[in-house]
Amino acid sequence: MDILLFLLLAPLIAAVLLFALPNHPVRDWLVRIAAVVIAGASVYLLATAFDKGTQLVTFPTEPAGQVMTGLAVVIALYIIAMGAKYRKLIPIVLALVQTGLLLWFELGYAPGMHAEHNLFVDEFSIVMALIIGIIGSAICVYAVPYMRTFHEQHPEVADHRRAFFFVLFVFLSAMFGIVFSNNLAWLFFFWEVTTLCSFVLIGYSKTTEAIDNSFLALVLNLVGGIGFVGALLWLGMTQGTIELDRLVGAGAAVALVPATLISFAGLTKSAQLPFSSWLLGAMVAPTPVSALLHSSTMVKAGVYAIVKFAPVLSGTLPGIFVGLVGGVTFLAASAIAVTQSNAKRVLAYSTVANLGLVVACAGIGTYEAVWAAILLIIFHAVAKSLLFMGVGSVEHQVHSRDIEDMAGLVTRMPRVGVMMLIGMAGMYLAPLGMLISKWATLRAFIDAPGGIIFLLLIAFGSAVTVFFWAKWMGIIIVRPNHAEMIEDRVPWDELSVLGLVAFLVVAASLLFPWVSKVLLEPYVFEIYGKVAELGQDNVIIMLLMMGAVIVLPLSLLYFRSGRHRLDPYMSGRPTTADMHFSGSLGIQREMGLHNYYMDDWFGEQRTFRAGVVVTVLLIVLMFAGLFVAGGLA
Amino acid sequence: MAYMKRSPWIIHYDGSSCNGCDIEVLACLTPLYDVERFGIINTGNPKHADIFVVTGSVNEQNRQVIRNIYDQMPEPKVVAALGICACSGGVFRECYNVEGGMDQVIPVDVYIPGCPVRPEQIIDGVVRALGVLEEKRARMAAGENAEVTA
Amino acid sequence: MNVLYAIAFLVLAPLLGGLIAGIDRKLTARMQGRVGPPVLQPFYDVGKLLEKEHAIVAISQNFFVLAYLVFIAFSGAIFFAGGDLLLVVFALTLAHVLLVLGAFAATSPYSFIGAERELIQLMAYEPMVVLAAAGFYIATGSFSVSEIAAFPRPLIVLLPGIFVGLFYVLTMKLRKSPFDIATSHHAHQEIVKGVTTEFSGSTLGMVEVAHWYETVFLLGLFWLFFAWSPVIAVIAVAILYLAEIFIDNATARVKWGFALRSIWAVTLVLSALNLFALQFFGGL
Ligand code: SF4
Repeated sequence: MDILLFLLLAPLIAAVLLFALPNHPVRDWLVRIAAVVIAGASVYLLATAFDKGTQLVTFPTEPAGQVMTGLAVVIALYIIAMGAKYRKLIPIVLALVQTGLLLWFELGYAPGMHAEHNLFVDEFSIVMALIIGIIGSAICVYAVPYMRTFHEQHPEVADHRRAFFFVLFVFLSAMFGIVFSNNLAWLFFFWEVTTLCSFVLIGYSKTTEAIDNSFLALVLNLVGGIGFVGALLWLGMTQGTIELDRLVGAGAAVALVPATLISFAGLTKSAQLPFSSWLLGAMVAPTPVSALLHSSTMVKAGVYAIVKFAPVLSGTLPGIFVGLVGGVTFLAASAIAVTQSNAKRVLAYSTVANLGLVVACAGIGTYEAVWAAILLIIFHAVAKSLLFMGVGSVEHQVHSRDIEDMAGLVTRMPRVGVMMLIGMAGMYLAPLGMLISKWATLRAFIDAPGGIIFLLLIAFGSAVTVFFWAKWMGIIIVRPNHAEMIEDRVPWDELSVLGLVAFLVVAASLLFPWVSKVLLEPYVFEIYGKVAELGQDNVIIMLLMMGAVIVLPLSLLYFRSGRHRLDPYMSGRPTTADMHFSGSLGIQREMGLHNYYMDDWFGEQRTFRAGVVVTVLLIVLMFAGLFVAGGLA
Repeated sequence: MAYMKRSPWIIHYDGSSCNGCDIEVLACLTPLYDVERFGIINTGNPKHADIFVVTGSVNEQNRQVIRNIYDQMPEPKVVAALGICACSGGVFRECYNVEGGMDQVIPVDVYIPGCPVRPEQIIDGVVRALGVLEEKRARMAAGENAEVTA
Repeated sequence: MNVLYAIAFLVLAPLLGGLIAGIDRKLTARMQGRVGPPVLQPFYDVGKLLEKEHAIVAISQNFFVLAYLVFIAFSGAIFFAGGDLLLVVFALTLAHVLLVLGAFAATSPYSFIGAERELIQLMAYEPMVVLAAAGFYIATGSFSVSEIAAFPRPLIVLLPGIFVGLFYVLTMKLRKSPFDIATSHHAHQEIVKGVTTEFSGSTLGMVEVAHWYETVFLLGLFWLFFAWSPVIAVIAVAILYLAEIFIDNATARVKWGFALRSIWAVTLVLSALNLFALQFFGGL
């Protein structure tokens, strides 16, 4: 499987080249070419591997293993150095603990554990690889004009774009590493590389806030990392295997402890409560970083690991508690999203919420749940990256990321506005992708034992979701008081990436039956021997709805003519075109519209704190469940 | 066709009336007079209304408002001036601030004098307004057809 | 799935729904000691609206309202064709979001507030509707409406909590007091006319027709609880609707906060009790 190696190494090579080049159109083109190559390679992977099931790849452990251990130590030293520089004690301690444990494992147990297949690819990895390869590279291309504008508008931030793109591509490589590693020690190495990339990129602007938030992200992810090393050590002490496929195949009796520990790591990585704060903090990073790391790929690595272990977790106490953490996170994060007016924070909370749903599915771990989980991952990655990039482009023109400042975006930036509408619709509305996932998730929950609690969580959570998305969509389509066209200032390549991803949102929904048939059903069947599917009638209904959604906008052509334009009703007050009217005492006022934020219902602090309390309890129970389950087994 | 006559929705605006006529308008909605028998609904929204029922006289404060409400009603529409104030300014006609009846600002189709108008008169007036409304609808329909063929 | 039923719904539901609305208005008038309008009044109203000129505030508002009508009709059609209940619920959510977007697009302070309040309504009743669909699934083992309808035992016995909860939100779905917080019918006004403030003429007519479709769909949903015996079902559904008219006339509108809180509380308690009991006793 040379293509796996290619996907691992190509971004690395690109990264090194990019690091060598100064700010120059040549580097911009190199980014674009590298992106196309990586995307093409991931499609090639799909074309060659989709019908082959799980393929384990024999890849020599030596010397790659040693190199990784060496690099891990370097990373730890870097973290310690940074911690020393910014006087942060906790990351230093955590890095020391983690590296100490890792070295203990590497020196004490790893030599005795022979991993035959270090790499692998199956349908789920292909899905992840496509997300990383296509969405990830699209975001890199988007980052080129974004970062240029970013530095024009923020002269106070030192221009480290060389390092920026270097890290971005290293990150892509590490993500491919995560989804192709069959050796858990390797997986962990790539995992830590992504943590480091995230740390570096969050702190990009070097403001105090950025530095603090980057350390917060680092600390919480290191805590998770310790869980991961714990799993490795436990495996070294008791099992003698660190191959993912064997572990998952061995079932709960053998793999429940590492599965739980790795799930714990996954919870931190995918920013579930109580660890969500780091993802919110990470929003200080430049928007392409949020789009790439903090919504469509890196945080997905966390749920990827949990979903991988779903067959092990299924039906166990720890599994149920992992799932509940996800479910509670979904509800709490959705509710908090209602109260946020900062667009990136809304997106962040919604990301946390959706990952929660995936975690809930994975914790339940039945065949339907896993199917639903992968669907959620796909559709969320596409729609959310579009939204992040949209917000980024808007922010550069409107100079605000407040949702209220996006009033009338369809008039002021028609294309970006419509694409954001597509993205939002993709997040929660029929007939686009997320709805199929929600359908699948609901089914999976109901069929699962004890699923009613999950059912309640998702029923209320998704109702709240509808509220915050719809009101945002509403703000975008209102008639603005000042309808000034500002779209022509958006760089062409930003617009084309947005257009591409918007197209992908729709295409993914249309192609979904095929994706399900070719990738998801075989994957689920291979593990469970059962197939989950949407059913033919439902596919037809969905396609009918898609058809209607695509055709109905044509009615706009009809409605365009022969209409009598009236002014909005202002209680009879004569109002000017830019919505000024004379109020009491003849004072001129401007009409202002403002969304409901329901702060006294779902206030951020209160809800967050409640969520933390509940989820901490659930995590404690999760580990406690391990002992109960261990005793039973 | 011609459902226009069967479903007249009104908007009621109180220009500067003494409230006497307005009380009578509301009386029409009560069980005793029950104008909903005729499909009449008090919508409170010019966008939904067919008949502009207006009481009181015109002054500097309300002339723009009257005009604005009238402008926001979709065609076909009629205006019924309720009470002598709305018809001509009534007892307030000579006041320094009063400009006269509603026809100073908008075209009035039906004048319903009285101080205050009695509910029976109001209903009678609205029924007369329906005739005008129907006429306007027919004219509009013809006009529209003409446009299509042209 | 039965396409014939879907077509029958698309054709007949507006007639039935309009008639129900007419009877509703007549009965309401009687309850208030009035004579009331003719039973066919809703049809006259819509006919009138179609005769009005095409007046708009924003072009896109008509598109959203048209799409609203299409998807309401569509979700009802899936329902009566015996399709997947969850998809019906989702299509319905889409429809209502489209209505809300239409109100946003029109952009007056009143339609804006109406839109926000319609969203609050959506948020209030959505959990109950989803849980009801789940309840049917747990009781009958299928989301397919045709299979639920063919279930041999009375579902009302298995799902009493769901039934009461759904009845509680029905008031809101039918836009009746005390929960008509987004817009209201006829002489009731709600912050001018809430969501529909800026819709006039045929656009408003589409909203009305969509409401008729939805009424028939909702009654169909309640039918499922009694589907084992069509006679009882007709009587039960009729009684339910009468009860709604009575509640409409006997109560005053509440604040949205209370509406949301009480509906969520009712939803949570009743459906949780019902579903847990159902799962525990394993569907009798
Ligand atoms: S006509 Fe008479 S009752 Fe009516 S508003 Fe004028 S003064 Fe008052």
